[in-house]
Amino acid sequence: MAHGSRGGTAVYLAVFAGLLALTVVTVLASYVDMGLMNVVVALLIASVKASLVALFFMHLKGESRLVWGFALVPLFFLALIILGTLVDTQLR
Amino acid sequence: MSGGHSAEHHDPVVAFEAAKLGVWTFLATEVLLFGALFTAYTVFRLKFPELFHAEHEKLNRVLGAVNTVVLITSSLTVALGIDAVKRGKARLLQWYFGATIALAGVFLCVKYVEYSEKFHHGLFPGTNIFFSLYYMMTGIHGIHVIAGMGVLGYILVLARRGRFSEAYYTPVEMVGLYWHFVDLVWIYLFPLLYLAG
Repeated sequence: MAHGSRGGTAVYLAVFAGLLALTVVTVLASYVDMGLMNVVVALLIASVKASLVALFFMHLKGESRLVWGFALVPLFFLALIILGTLVDTQLR
Repeated sequence: MSGGHSAEHHDPVVAFEAAKLGVWTFLATEVLLFGALFTAYTVFRLKFPELFHAEHEKLNRVLGAVNTVVLITSSLTVALGIDAVKRGKARLLQWYFGATIALAGVFLCVKYVEYSEKFHHGLFPGTNIFFSLYYMMTGIHGIHVIAGMGVLGYILVLARRGRFSEAYYTPVEMVGLYWHFVDLVWIYLFPLLYLAG
């Protein structure tokens, strides 16, 4: 049970500012036609935002390896589901 | 941690860690729930790229971006509320969680405006596969927002009764994890539906 730090507020505000900035960037990037790269850029930015939320707001940064396992294993299964489905639908 | 003979189930640190793993397990099932929809999105997007490109432009990017900012802000107020109770400022927690519930309400109002605008233009869940996915994904996400308002409200009631302090705030932290997850899902929904055609 980690106790709240006095620096906590500053970190949260910095993360918040980062999330806002990335939202602006992703909206602006969507107006530039980059073909297939638009999706790639949008997903990359979304993943950076998601990592910021998970690491700092959800406190994953200071968590034990057990909690990290609980957080990452479902993502592995999600990747498996998407890839497995695509192998079927794309190569049919 | 104690290595003594005390009943470990009553050790507050152990109880806190156990609750946390419980919430992360629940979130794993949530990842798979939304994961099925993201899979469907990927499959149909690859199958009908032109349709997805034409249809996604009918969504209001500005309102989507506004709602993104609203949810990110609501995540911040949750994080600050938990930080406040950890520092023993239980009263501040009530303000922050109240603000979070208000922001969740703003999110739903914007969603309502968007849905009615789409209905007005004859875009319904049955119109085409893009809008089927749009309504299904944002609808299930919206249900999560409503559920979130419920549990945040419950925490607010308990906080008013003085149930939380720097010594005990487990439910506050657990509800916070859930709310950040709801924000996380939107972080992916927004670019996939509104931005990347």
